[in-house]
Amino acid sequence: MTGLLLDQVSVGALTGVSLAVPAGRVVCVSGPSGSGKSRLLRAAADLEPHGGEISLNGASQGAVPAHQWRRQVVMVPADSQWWFDEVSAHFPEGAGERLPAALGFPADVMAWSVSRLSSGERQRLALWRALALKPQALLLDEPTANLDGDSTLNIENWLLDEIHRQQIATLWVAHDPAQIRRVADAHYRIRGTALEPEHGSD
Amino acid sequence: MEVIDLAWWKLGLAALLILALALTSHMARLGVSRSLLIATVRTVIQLALIGLVLEALFASSAFYWIALLALIMLLVAGREVVARQGRRLRGWWAFGIGTGAMFVSSFTVTVLALTVVIGPDPWYAPQYAIPLLGMMLGNTMTGVSLALDRLNDSVWRQRAVIENRLMLGQTWQQALEDIRRDAMRSGMMPSINAMAAAGIVSLPGMMTGQILAGSPPAVAVKYQILVMLIITAGTGFGAVMAVGWGGRRLFDERERLRLDRLIES
Repeated sequence: MTGLLLDQVSVGALTGVSLAVPAGRVVCVSGPSGSGKSRLLRAAADLEPHGGEISLNGASQGAVPAHQWRRQVVMVPADSQWWFDEVSAHFPEGAGERLPAALGFPADVMAWSVSRLSSGERQRLALWRALALKPQALLLDEPTANLDGDSTLNIENWLLDEIHRQQIATLWVAHDPAQIRRVADAHYRIRGTALEPEHGSD
Repeated sequence: MEVIDLAWWKLGLAALLILALALTSHMARLGVSRSLLIATVRTVIQLALIGLVLEALFASSAFYWIALLALIMLLVAGREVVARQGRRLRGWWAFGIGTGAMFVSSFTVTVLALTVVIGPDPWYAPQYAIPLLGMMLGNTMTGVSLALDRLNDSVWRQRAVIENRLMLGQTWQQALEDIRRDAMRSGMMPSINAMAAAGIVSLPGMMTGQILAGSPPAVAVKYQILVMLIITAGTGFGAVMAVGWGGRRLFDERERLRLDRLIES
């Protein structure tokens, strides 16, 4: 199978997490706060020690150097970080010309200083920064948490377009049931220490 | 030219100045009197003891005694490097990395200076070897501890940035690049500043001592230049090694940031 595969993964309190994210599909994970959603994404990005097997298109996580794995399985954290003064320094050369219109930025955003970005703007740019790497799999941690209603829908549509077009296997942590209904091909919920498929919402 | 010896009671006069300072700081509630007095007592006792040790060492000149003293100096410096870090690596790593970096850099540079540049007979003659190693270790210790302290503290503060850079597929070296540069700068700054100010703003201590002891200034200046160059080289290589090894230890074999390997001292 092509896509991201988690087999009996354990991290933190979670144990025995198995799920498959096919290429070009969105699998949503929800659960109460503190239940380990973010840590599960961090395990998939290999940022945290964990048990079990994770593979991408059949290639095991441990068989690939860690930074190459993370270049293909890119995580976008809930609170994105910006370490240079200018926006453009965080992007590969020429990313400014390909800036998607759906993000709603003027063309000169690349010349902006990071300090003038709002949290919603940072979040949208962080999604573009990750997609510009052309990943095989995407790990999104509440990607629309800082956005208002309209721009949430715009970003969702843009993300779904890109996910389908580039055939990206996407693991998406969300808490809004309406959003999950809109974007998810499958939905899992964390109950206690286990991840269980949620059938009712499909 | 005869050196004027100092009577012990005359040193007491200088100590009165420290007492006056301690009293002033106590009355003004500046809160340094205690550490000031402890440090004063320590310096008097430690220097008096090393005076005795050096007298004995100069009399015997046996290699193993010199090596033993050098080893003790190194271990104490290693302990000091650990104590000067606000956050340090768990277990023996903090001591091992600091001591290892100081050992490789200061011992190599000192032995090189002794054998190639100065050339006393034997090369480990204690009049040359011990003061030179002492100055090397003292300065390398400052450089290594400043660099490691800055490295660990910055990594702790900027963990979110480092992890976000890792998430974008950067290697641990790339994710740590800016922090390593800062840590290096912090370790090297005292030596670079000292070289820049030498002779104009400050007359370095060793040269002053040599002149006081009766050396012609031209000789004293050459020794001072030698010492400053090797101190800077030793400090720099020590900081490079400490930052390299310390940075490596903050990541595991899967290039994950492992802050659980740091503890607050």
